[in-house]
Amino acid sequence: MIDVAALTVDFGETRAVDGVSFRVAEGEAFGIVGESGSGKSTVLRALSGLNRHWSGRMAVDGEPQSQHRTRAFHRHLQMVFQDPYASLHPRHTVDRALAEPLRIHGIGEREPRIIRALHEVGLGPEHRFRYPHQLSGGQRQRVAIARALILEPRVLLLDEPSSSLDVSVQAEILNLLQRLRRELGLTYLLVSHNLAVVAHLCSRVAVMNLGRFVEELDVATLRARRTQHPYTAQLLRASEGYDRAAAAALVSFD
Amino acid sequence: MTASLLDIADLRVSFRTSRGISEAVRGVGFTMGREKLGIVGESGSGKSLTGRSILRLLPPGATLRASRLVFDDIDLLAASAATMRKLRGRRLAMVMQDPKFSLNPVMTVGHQIAEAYLAHQRASASEAREKALAMLEAVRIRDPHRVYDLYPHEVSGGMGQRAMIAMMLAPDPDLLIADEPTSALDVTVQMQVLAILDDLVSERGMGLIFISHDLRLVASFCDRVLVMYGGRVVETIDARRLAEARHPYTRGLLACLPTLEGGEGELATLQRDPAWLAAP
Amino acid sequence: MSEATASREWRAWLTAEAPSSRLHARFVRGYATALIFLRNPLALTGLALVVTLLAVAAAAPLLATGDPVAQDLSRRLKPPSAAFWFGTDELGRDIYTRILYGARITLGIVSLVVVIVAPIGLLVGCIAGYLGGVADGILMRVTDVFLAFPRLILALAFVAALGPGIENAVIAISLTAWPPYARIARAETIVLRDSDFISAARLLGASPGRIVLLHVMPLCLSSVIVRVTLDMAGIILTAAGLGFLGLGAQPPSPEWGAMISAGRKFILDQWWVAAFPGLAICLVSLGFNLLGDGLRDVLDPKQR
Repeated sequence: MIDVAALTVDFGETRAVDGVSFRVAEGEAFGIVGESGSGKSTVLRALSGLNRHWSGRMAVDGEPQSQHRTRAFHRHLQMVFQDPYASLHPRHTVDRALAEPLRIHGIGEREPRIIRALHEVGLGPEHRFRYPHQLSGGQRQRVAIARALILEPRVLLLDEPSSSLDVSVQAEILNLLQRLRRELGLTYLLVSHNLAVVAHLCSRVAVMNLGRFVEELDVATLRARRTQHPYTAQLLRASEGYDRAAAAALVSFD
Repeated sequence: MTASLLDIADLRVSFRTSRGISEAVRGVGFTMGREKLGIVGESGSGKSLTGRSILRLLPPGATLRASRLVFDDIDLLAASAATMRKLRGRRLAMVMQDPKFSLNPVMTVGHQIAEAYLAHQRASASEAREKALAMLEAVRIRDPHRVYDLYPHEVSGGMGQRAMIAMMLAPDPDLLIADEPTSALDVTVQMQVLAILDDLVSERGMGLIFISHDLRLVASFCDRVLVMYGGRVVETIDARRLAEARHPYTRGLLACLPTLEGGEGELATLQRDPAWLAAP
Repeated sequence: MSEATASREWRAWLTAEAPSSRLHARFVRGYATALIFLRNPLALTGLALVVTLLAVAAAAPLLATGDPVAQDLSRRLKPPSAAFWFGTDELGRDIYTRILYGARITLGIVSLVVVIVAPIGLLVGCIAGYLGGVADGILMRVTDVFLAFPRLILALAFVAALGPGIENAVIAISLTAWPPYARIARAETIVLRDSDFISAARLLGASPGRIVLLHVMPLCLSSVIVRVTLDMAGIILTAAGLGFLGLGAQPPSPEWGAMISAGRKFILDQWWVAAFPGLAICLVSLGFNLLGDGLRDVLDPKQR
């Protein structure tokens, strides 16, 4: 479903993504894990068409993509952003936010679609005409997911979808994402700094550092801690909570 | 556990809003010695306000009440503004979440540390500079002379946070309150900063209050953990005995965290019981 | 249904947590904003002054005690009295009545200018800010050209070229008043265009035009509204200045600036001829300034 080869993204003089290649099959959930500055969000932005200054080869559902995306592309691939407080327009009600993509693409029967979209993400009619500041973080993220799904895409890009949320709400959103993937047969590309979240939702994981994939492995291997690259091992160790000895053993991979 | 450094009973913080009075902290009480105490809660639990109450640094419009708020035999409730100013920085210090926002952007890092030192000690400018350089070394910054002259936007998050710690520890306080000090940092940098805090706290015999939303992290770093929900402490537990937690909120919080070991099944979600908001 | 129940029902409808329709949601938000505004005494004063101006302008014929252009040289330069509340001017006209009718002219000039200037400034600024690059450069240089001239001088030049009169005065003032709004809108747009919700809109397939008009401009609107209100005073003064120089409204039009100009000659002995129009200008400018300040407090911090 997603086929990326030799993706390179430069921001002026800095190379944010350096020759990244990977494939995601249809219906699969693929995770990219890395720390800040690793370039993982940049990969998503290039894939979605938000960032046009990339080189390499990219294909979605067999169709090769150029720097410019067609309108039809956006019905195929959507993205959920990290910060639910920032990804909704502050002056648009939930209803307006959900109706907008339908209007842009000239899709009719807006009323039933909006109601269905809200229902799918676990929201009710009482949320429909609220403004974002009247919703909790979890509810906003649900709206963002509903907005992404209302065009019935095949691929969903997820940029740290639960990192800005409270722990208890995180679990709800992750469960929702899991259920939606199964029910709608979606393909996920998930980016996160949290190994546990990625391991929970995805079947395969790529570990990214300084713009490159240092290792690609499936989650079962990750869980068994049979990692190959020392950076991955270090990331695993650091994710397990504080340990004085482990902290002393940290190495810089710059 | 040594003699009590901090003694709090029935701490209450309330705000006047357009809909009446809202109580953000409802009767929090605990004592601590020179140990590492963690306060864990989600947003809105009142954990940050509790930390700030100790320093009496609350936002305008907030009312603080307590039956006891004593720091090392000094009654903080009755203390005058001048006394609080002398205590803050010198004996009570605070490190906040994001050094981008807590460091002065137009002053070099080293200068800020020196200033923090001079605020509480009579010393010459060169003595302050020496002290600042020594502190930068204490937080394991490899090239203190170079970093001294850098501005906050020129250093990474981890280094900025270490500089913040250096600044707060320069006057050698007795109690450090850290409010989500590592939440904005990468996981590996987090470990490094925590290691530095760990060493400094044990070397200097300081008390540390570590406020965070990350229950696992706090339990692995601190000696004791207070779990807060809805402005109250719902559980106090020894960090090593976290698995034996009894309060349903704590157990719920632990259960809903995704772990590497857990399978792909649904995560348990927290069922909030309104009874948790009622007084114990 | 008793009055108390009715007003409680209204209150409940206006503060509903879960609005039932788009219109309902808009009302709820408007009510919340209005409540904050009403708590600010200075803003209320400003609002009162502006509303008074509007009321006076609308009801001028009803409130007047005479004819604004009727001359009677036998009663020229009479001091304020029971018959002539603000006295008479050098041609024996009732100053009070002239001020009332002058409110219409002032309001007319100010409204026309705002209606022309705010949309143009907003549009130019938002387009420049969103597109960036060459378009931004060109639009901003054009803006800079107009910004470089002192407002009154440029207005003078235009009026001198086009001929005196209210319509030309309005055009002249408008040409000089729009650049600051473009600047404000551009600055806001530059901050907004990197927001996630704008990225989300792009990802949904929205065209740049749609994003600028429906997503960006509404957010810049509050800053522009505040600035417009604060600028009103300046616009009034510029119009009065043009009138003072004889380039705005022509006699016998009771434009306040022209009245001051005419009263210049008598200012020491018959102070009322110039003082009352001057006072009117002062009060109206003050009202707009206070209102603008109040609006800024209400519109800026909350909605971010």
